[in-house]
Amino acid sequence: MATLTVNDKNYDVTVSPDTPLLWVIRENIGLTGTKFGCGMAQCGACTVHMNGEAVRSCVTPLSRAEGKKIVTIEGLSDEVGKRVQQAWIDEEVPQCGYCQSGQIMAAAVLLRTTPNPTDTDIDNGMSGNICRCGTYQRIRKAIHKAAQAK
Amino acid sequence: MDETSNIDRRRFLKTSAALSGGLLMSFYLPTFGKTPKVASSAAPATFEPNAFIRIGADNSITIICNHSEMGQGTYTSMSQLIADELDADWKTIQIESAPLGEAYANPIFKAQLTGNSMTAYTEWERMRTVGASARSILVQAAARAWNVDPASCQTKNSTVIHPATNRRFSYGELVDKASGITAPNDVKLKSTADFTYIGKPVKRLDTPDKTNGKAMFGLDVSIPGMLVAVVARTPVFGGKLKSFNADKAKAIPGVRHVVQIDRGVAVVADGYWPAKLGREALEIEWDEGPFAAQSSATQRQQYAQMAKTAGKVAQKEGDVAKAKGTKTINAVYEFPYLAHAPMEPLNCVADVKDDSCELYLGTQAQTFDQFAAAQASGLKPEQIKIHTQLLGGGFGRRSVLDGHVIQEAVQVSKAIKAPVKVMWSREDDIRGGYYRTVSYHNIRGVLAASGQPAAWSHDIVNESFIIGTPLAGSMVKDGIDEIAVEGAAELPYEIPNVQVNWHQAVSPIPTLWMRSVGHSYNAFVKETFIDDLARTAGQDPYQYRRKLLEKQPRLKQVLELAAQKGDWGKPLPKGHARGIAVHHSYFSYVAQVAEVSITPSGKVKVHRVVCAVDCGPVINPDTVKAQVEGSVIFGLTSAFYGELTLEKGRIQQRNFHDYKMLRMNEAPDVEVHIVPSTDKMGGIGEPAVPPIAPAVANALFTLTGKRIRKLPFPADVRA
Repeated sequence: MATLTVNDKNYDVTVSPDTPLLWVIRENIGLTGTKFGCGMAQCGACTVHMNGEAVRSCVTPLSRAEGKKIVTIEGLSDEVGKRVQQAWIDEEVPQCGYCQSGQIMAAAVLLRTTPNPTDTDIDNGMSGNICRCGTYQRIRKAIHKAAQAK
Repeated sequence: MDETSNIDRRRFLKTSAALSGGLLMSFYLPTFGKTPKVASSAAPATFEPNAFIRIGADNSITIICNHSEMGQGTYTSMSQLIADELDADWKTIQIESAPLGEAYANPIFKAQLTGNSMTAYTEWERMRTVGASARSILVQAAARAWNVDPASCQTKNSTVIHPATNRRFSYGELVDKASGITAPNDVKLKSTADFTYIGKPVKRLDTPDKTNGKAMFGLDVSIPGMLVAVVARTPVFGGKLKSFNADKAKAIPGVRHVVQIDRGVAVVADGYWPAKLGREALEIEWDEGPFAAQSSATQRQQYAQMAKTAGKVAQKEGDVAKAKGTKTINAVYEFPYLAHAPMEPLNCVADVKDDSCELYLGTQAQTFDQFAAAQASGLKPEQIKIHTQLLGGGFGRRSVLDGHVIQEAVQVSKAIKAPVKVMWSREDDIRGGYYRTVSYHNIRGVLAASGQPAAWSHDIVNESFIIGTPLAGSMVKDGIDEIAVEGAAELPYEIPNVQVNWHQAVSPIPTLWMRSVGHSYNAFVKETFIDDLARTAGQDPYQYRRKLLEKQPRLKQVLELAAQKGDWGKPLPKGHARGIAVHHSYFSYVAQVAEVSITPSGKVKVHRVVCAVDCGPVINPDTVKAQVEGSVIFGLTSAFYGELTLEKGRIQQRNFHDYKMLRMNEAPDVEVHIVPSTDKMGGIGEPAVPPIAPAVANALFTLTGKRIRKLPFPADVRA
């Protein structure tokens, strides 16, 4: 049995320690805002925060997440996260919305480390996240807006 | 009313009653004149003036949406149509996806279906009528209670007002007064000037939930007792299962069942991870079938041969053989198979019982799915229920005629006697077929001495997934699949001699419509070849097109607007060039100007794309812009990277590392200019995809002097 801290709550889970964190979060804990897109760290849909850093939960084994502070889209409640979510709403970023949890989690980490990102910073920070609907232009605009909203 | 519609009506009432838990009334449009009843065995009281609206005593207004939300904004735009005519308070609008029911069929296809960029224009009048007729019932209810003339009442913000006596009822207060009142058959619709929500950039209803993790997609569904299954399918198209040994799979902790189904072997487990490990542990022998030696190279040879044979004539003007000119250009164009790759991998939850089958999934084609589930379960179509979830992308992939994902889930659930979620991995999706077809083209253009085109002769070789299906009746004419030649036949340019031929290729690889479908390759051929003719004639490609579109006012207008807003002919930084393209599809008209340069490593860099769009009346201008922005990225992705290759009957790509998507650092600025129009309404989900690849390719020609006639672009476009 492993104990996992997700969004400030502790969960005891009894699955194999090599199970990717993504499936533990989605299927054992029941938080489905974190998405499955590729299973090999290519698309970013599964992005969560682990001790404040953006990680790909689809390739992060449960064993590596134990004892760490995990935050998912449902628990993104800090000041930066709120600004990002509001900017996403203001700019009407989502289309299908499936990748947007991952996009928002990536953007929140980008803004924490780079409070006033340039377009190049956004390219570097966000190019790991695929949006098949093609909302990139609005994501860029929303990140700039969130940066200015502080 | 004849007997058939009696049965239809009963069937609908049954569905409706089951859905709303004891609520008994409903009539459905367009069968007006029935008597709506409020019957609330269960509190709180609600009133359903028709199949699309439910009004609560708490003033809530629920729109039951018959079209699937896959990002195109249909939940919001359909609500705008209804809410505007209903004079509803926008803040109280909630959305529910429609169950199966006759009323929810697409008015043209007569099936529950979302696609073909047709929701807005097919529902434009019907949904407004839905709102207006409900408003009429509420006004009558209030007028009766006040004993005044309904014509003396007004409505605003979910309230009926009698200005003369300053009395008012909220819609919620009328829920139990509306019983038995009918709407007139000829209910009057608003004029454009009176619109409150239509034509305005109303905020999407689904945005907040899509930023906080609450939005529910098919993959997020979990029902009590549900297990998860992954399926091992034939690695070779046309192959069959020979034998398998499940011992090692069953030894994986968490694996509960291994069952053989029509499409392969399903491993059923407590969750996705053990199911996936179980599938990897299966020992399977496949009969690879007759296609096991096929490769992209052999396929290309076959299609090239076919292009030289006599095809079926899709368009013929004048006589291309007799056309006289001074210059002739011949070219071959080639396009690969493409996977839709929606971000949410395919999935379906099925719960099959002795007398019912419930499905939970994101789908574009509920009616097809209903019949697939009936067939797979052995139940009657009316015993199938579908709970449509949000779609994590569709692009056509979730609109299939054979319901293969549903079939898998239903067969597994039936076999294990428990609810199951069948999940596809990304690899299953990339390798699983149902692709945009390979397409091979021979084209010949003849220029007159004036430089004007004298003849245009185009042969198209590709596959049809319509021929041999029930859709053939409406989509195949004279043996020609309309979508195979769409955008190539009915050439808009005024050319005296035109012939377009189609050759049907056949392969065991299932193909499917993918966003902009036949236009995705035919527009590339048309728009780069006309550019080629213009340059060969020594003329400006924008002016050349303009002259040939004199009789196409809507195309000409968007072309001119794009050229103007896109600074056509104005100076550019060194190493930059502009390309232009224009195309008509789904009753809409789009022109694009792309500004392009080439990186030191020979890669394309698209800096700016200016789009001019005429889609007729607009429901939500921000949604139109979003769809055009996304379409540009979708089209660029195919042009930059989209290619599936075949070797030994197998697709060689498997995930986003080798089937790449455009990313943030490659995304250009997209500017969208909407032509104010009261002309015939068109679609917007697809029409901005076709012009982008040719616009970029035409710009590249200016930079390199080389014509790109094969997609995707070469890794080094200078080579």
